[in-house]
Amino acid sequence: MYPMIKIEGVRHAYKTAKGPLPVLNRLEVSVNEGGFVAVVGPSGCGKSTLTRLIAGLMKPDEGRVMVHGEVVTGPRSTVGMAFQNPVMLEWRTILENIMLPLEIVSTKMTKAEQKERANYLLDLVGLTGFGDKRPSELSGGMRQRASLCRALVHKPEVLILDEPFGALDAFTREDLWQTMHKVKEEEPFTGVLITHDLRESIFLADQVVVLSQRPAMTQYVLDVPNTGPRDLDHLYTPEAAEMLNILRHQIEVAQGRAAA
Amino acid sequence: MAYVPDLKPSTPGGSFVKALTSRAVLAPIAAMVVFLVFWELLVWVNGWPNYVMASPSDLPPAYAKYWGLFITMGWQTLWRTVVGLVLAVIVGLFLGMIMGFSRLMRDALYPLLVGFNAIPKATVVPIVALMFVGEHNFNTILMAFMISFFPIAVSVSIGLSTLEPEYRDILRALGAKQATIFWKIALPKTLPEFFGALKVAVTLAFIGTNLMEIVSPHGRGLGALFDSGKTNSDYPLMFAVLIALALLGIVLYYIVVALEKIFAGWAERAPG
Repeated sequence: MYPMIKIEGVRHAYKTAKGPLPVLNRLEVSVNEGGFVAVVGPSGCGKSTLTRLIAGLMKPDEGRVMVHGEVVTGPRSTVGMAFQNPVMLEWRTILENIMLPLEIVSTKMTKAEQKERANYLLDLVGLTGFGDKRPSELSGGMRQRASLCRALVHKPEVLILDEPFGALDAFTREDLWQTMHKVKEEEPFTGVLITHDLRESIFLADQVVVLSQRPAMTQYVLDVPNTGPRDLDHLYTPEAAEMLNILRHQIEVAQGRAAA
Repeated sequence: MAYVPDLKPSTPGGSFVKALTSRAVLAPIAAMVVFLVFWELLVWVNGWPNYVMASPSDLPPAYAKYWGLFITMGWQTLWRTVVGLVLAVIVGLFLGMIMGFSRLMRDALYPLLVGFNAIPKATVVPIVALMFVGEHNFNTILMAFMISFFPIAVSVSIGLSTLEPEYRDILRALGAKQATIFWKIALPKTLPEFFGALKVAVTLAFIGTNLMEIVSPHGRGLGALFDSGKTNSDYPLMFAVLIALALLGIVLYYIVVALEKIFAGWAERAPG
């Protein structure tokens, strides 16, 4: 399979007043085309830095970040992003918010086609009829759904999700997990998901990468056997319990609380 | 967010008459009547002659006697205040943008601006009046500007510098230029702060205009009218000028509120 995202020997350090603060150390991650990789690791281990590198918002000090076979040198319009904080422009309607990327990325779509596409995505995430609402009228979960539409509207090859469900309550989160599977079926993308939630990682991704403590390097890679859409019952099978156990152990190792 | 009376009729399809008898209109009028009655009583009970304090009933004769002056002087005060305010908006926005986007400029300019703002503007009046002798229009506009640009500069810079990084990143990740991010996100996002500051600046600009009008010799405008009342011991005239100034202030303030509703109405939460 063709690797859509390839991160090779990436090192990165932030410049701080107290000298360089290394966050990534010889990081290796590879995501196949159409694959969905979840990245987990201790707090502050550099997971968000990883997303910014893939998005081209930063350049690594050392090593290479490749997307679609090209070295990433800056932002590219084939990437979609959704953050934990689903920021919306409050002065625009939800539909206008979702269409925002189309004002930046050159597209051959007419205004009517853009609207049609935005409305189609709203239907897909279960927000039918909310296009004319203002962001302030939406709940946190609904805003996150809208934010997902905005990340997908320009048909990106790569979707980067930086803890998008982290601030939601458990029921809403599980709802959104299922929405994600539906979206992935209808709108294929290569995905990178940053998360703190191990259940989320094995439910959504087909590969889970565990990062070590800062400066982060790839510590463990877990393949999730049952890929594709699945329902929540899958989280309560013995296989799932075993995967969760392995991941939990790996996180403890990363935190230095257990021996490898 | 400023208090904005809801002038929409309470029932759909209600008439204009209904709107004028709504609570939003009647309540402030009632408050004003109570205030005037209280003022009149205060003067009457204490038996104050009008050189101690004029009463509301002294005002209509004063307006009747000098109405021509009130119109011309009021216009002088109004246009100079508005020009000063427009300058304050332009310069304030510019300074706010510089300080909002550049950490270096913020660190460099803040102490200077704070120091400038701390100087009592009444002490600047004679200096300005001496520097530009005879340029009364220019001096007055300059004072109105100097006293009112500060809140605009500060609030715009804070609005821009506290923009959450995600707002920038959603466009930056797509390769948008800085200018695009400014026009599409940073500027509209800062409008509520800008209008909040403009409401403060409106009343400040009036103070600036009047300081110059009162202090500088041979001034014009309502401030000069106030000064002539003082010179001629016409106390009802002085009070009448104060009320006229308050009225002008209210008018300008609500013009800003109307503009805010048009351009930043989205920031207002539904009541409740």
